[in-house]
Amino acid sequence: MIAAGPDSFLERAPLALRDWAVQLLPVPLQWLAHHVITIVAVLAVFGLFFAFTTIAERKLLARLQNRLGPNRTGLPWIKGLRLFGLSQPFADAVKAITKEDIVPAAADKILHFLAPVIVVGFSLMTFAVLPFGRQYLPVDLDAALLYFFAAGAATELAIFMAGWSSRNKYSLLAAMRALAQLISYELPLILSVVPVVLVTSTLSTKAIVIAQGTWSFGLLPHWFIFTPWGFAGFIIFLIAALAESNRSPFDLPEAESELVAGHLTEYSGFKYALFFMAEYFGLTALSGLGVTLFLGGWQAPCAFLQFIPSYAWFMMKLIGMIVFFIWVRGTLLRLRIDQLTRLSWQFLVPLALLNLGNAAFWVLTAQWAGPLQLVRWIVSAAIIVVPFILMGRSLTAGFAPRTYRYAP
Amino acid sequence: MTIALLLIAGLMLGSATAAMAGRNLIHSALLLIASWAGVAAIYLWAGAEFVAFAQVLVYVGAISMVVLFAVLLTRQNQIADQLIAPPTRLRAAAAVTTGSCVAAVLAAAICSSSFAPGAAEPPSTTVRQIGLELMRQDGAALLIVGIILTVALLGATILAATDPKVGPGSSRAGEDVP
Amino acid sequence: MLGSGILNGLLVTAKNFVGSYYDPRRMVTVEYPEQKTALPENYRNFPFLISESATDPMGTLRCVACQICEKECPPQCIIIEKSKDKKPDATGKLQLYPAVFGIDTSVCMSCQICVEVCPFDAIKMDQVFEVAATDRFQDLFLSREQLAKPNSYFHQIHPTDAAEVDGRLSAERKAAEEKAKAAAAAKAAAAAAKPAGAPPPVSSPAAAVKPPGPAPSTPGAPAA
Repeated sequence: MIAAGPDSFLERAPLALRDWAVQLLPVPLQWLAHHVITIVAVLAVFGLFFAFTTIAERKLLARLQNRLGPNRTGLPWIKGLRLFGLSQPFADAVKAITKEDIVPAAADKILHFLAPVIVVGFSLMTFAVLPFGRQYLPVDLDAALLYFFAAGAATELAIFMAGWSSRNKYSLLAAMRALAQLISYELPLILSVVPVVLVTSTLSTKAIVIAQGTWSFGLLPHWFIFTPWGFAGFIIFLIAALAESNRSPFDLPEAESELVAGHLTEYSGFKYALFFMAEYFGLTALSGLGVTLFLGGWQAPCAFLQFIPSYAWFMMKLIGMIVFFIWVRGTLLRLRIDQLTRLSWQFLVPLALLNLGNAAFWVLTAQWAGPLQLVRWIVSAAIIVVPFILMGRSLTAGFAPRTYRYAP
Repeated sequence: MTIALLLIAGLMLGSATAAMAGRNLIHSALLLIASWAGVAAIYLWAGAEFVAFAQVLVYVGAISMVVLFAVLLTRQNQIADQLIAPPTRLRAAAAVTTGSCVAAVLAAAICSSSFAPGAAEPPSTTVRQIGLELMRQDGAALLIVGIILTVALLGATILAATDPKVGPGSSRAGEDVP
Repeated sequence: MLGSGILNGLLVTAKNFVGSYYDPRRMVTVEYPEQKTALPENYRNFPFLISESATDPMGTLRCVACQICEKECPPQCIIIEKSKDKKPDATGKLQLYPAVFGIDTSVCMSCQICVEVCPFDAIKMDQVFEVAATDRFQDLFLSREQLAKPNSYFHQIHPTDAAEVDGRLSAERKAAEEKAKAAAAAKAAAAAAKPAGAPPPVSSPAAAVKPPGPAPSTPGAPAA
């Protein structure tokens, strides 16, 4: 159900621009130009998004920690101009490019070079199936979700390659730990997505966003996060997404107090920057997927707000999720490797499986109406909340609540 | 389209050959993974997207991890390449004989089977159709496979819950399989 | 409930974030070259010499080149050469002065022993720390001209110390003046009594034990 407003000028302007550019070229080249323009646009937008995510993260983390972030970089040819640090990412890029690229003498040169290339390449490939707007889906695949996870699976291989090719036993050990973390959290990630597939009975991201496009009374959106199984699924997805992109509190692989920089120890200069770029791209792609599956994608929250273009809504929700991830990074402590694998296998996987049953219940009781709707909501919430509380109690049994003698 | 097929096949066979001929175990493992990715490319060329993504997810994402963990955890701390005995004429003769016998059998099998001429356009099946077919024709098999995988997953969870000695080296269990 | 700690933590950091925009307790950064923190009064870096007047720093140094600080300095970073002539100090008494007084700040460890042993309150600790130089040897060796700073500056950086020193010095000077007056009065009385055949004039014990007079300057004197 697509309401009026989607044909506004702003909504269609980028598409019209691309079509105008394409029809300037001869017919045999037009499909190539079409796709090249799409790819370049996605790369440019998300490249800039990555740059501003780094500066936003530094400033946001700083404010969360009672300090200012970088606020002095301006433009190199204008003296005394301080753009509140907004050109910091470009300064960092210049620094990363001009640093010396040191490759250990005993390292496996080909693998050492290929690892950052593969990890960035596959992270970027996952952007192809995210619907950024009403008609802004780069590739419309029937099995889009499967493609997303397949492309993400190859990045784990690259991390192993990075750790092994450095010929450094500490890098290798850290790469194994990173792999263990990634493998452990693939399962809750995919299991938390399966209820969405169950409810919408499609793997296509476009159809999933369209399925969330209705409003109750024009005000309350029917996004999946506002259902009990969707809320639980979203929380599990958030935790698994944090772990999949090696981000605090799961940043054991790249913490400096752990095995130096883990599998990245022997990387310097631009290759190091590429790994971090891949991490941020992975995080953005997973956030985009979370927005698509649970937060309604490009749908507006209220029916009358549809005059704002759909890609603006997607970007706003994406920025909201990234801000939440940065907030979590500034708040939580790092988990040890045994703590995080235990969290995944003993807590998240059973809850995700229960959530799957919850979604099945939801689908089977879709016909309940009237007061039975209330029963449906209560039972669905109970299916996931009660085991959560019970498991929480049993897994933390024997640990007294922490008391802090000196903290206020 | 033949050029694409030739390219993909060339890359796949080339990486498989390099994997067999290589001395370094890890290089061979990674080239084998590259040939699995080539298989996924062939599926894509043939229009079977679902199978291609499943191939990448299962083989490149999961089975490669199993192979690499197995190789790494059983190394005897050697960084040197595998020692291969020097080539002798007897070994070369044995290799040629075995290779040509296998090739002859395969060629005979391929030439004697009759392939019906395919449609001009590959049939486009949606995921929905695949799902319905699986559930209708092979529903029992799917359920059994699902049960086996769930049991394996539960077993892994119980192992993780009870045995404190099982560390991050445990192999994957319970992966999405079509 | 599991997760309540995490939610409380998120609330704490959110308070930090919001408060950092208006609450000074939640934004502790001092943007250094433009803003500076207030140094505590007892902060010290390298020594400096006190002169009484700012208009004639070399001529009014309190230092009399007794070389006690040179001998007591643990890393021996003070170099003093006495002058050949004497100059009147603040009380009018003729004193030596340092022709060369140098401190090698690349050696000085700011232990303040030179300040503690100086009997004349001539050397005190300065608070300047922005002393980066481009030459490792010449630029870090401070000479007499670079070290001499007026007493008003001392009041600025160490107000309580300066007040105490000035008070003590002026009290001593007053006591000395009283003694001198008493000695002069006694001498005058003895001289007046001499023609009457009184006992021989006794040289005033006060004059013999008169302590070496520090420069007589009253606190807040026009030495600024």
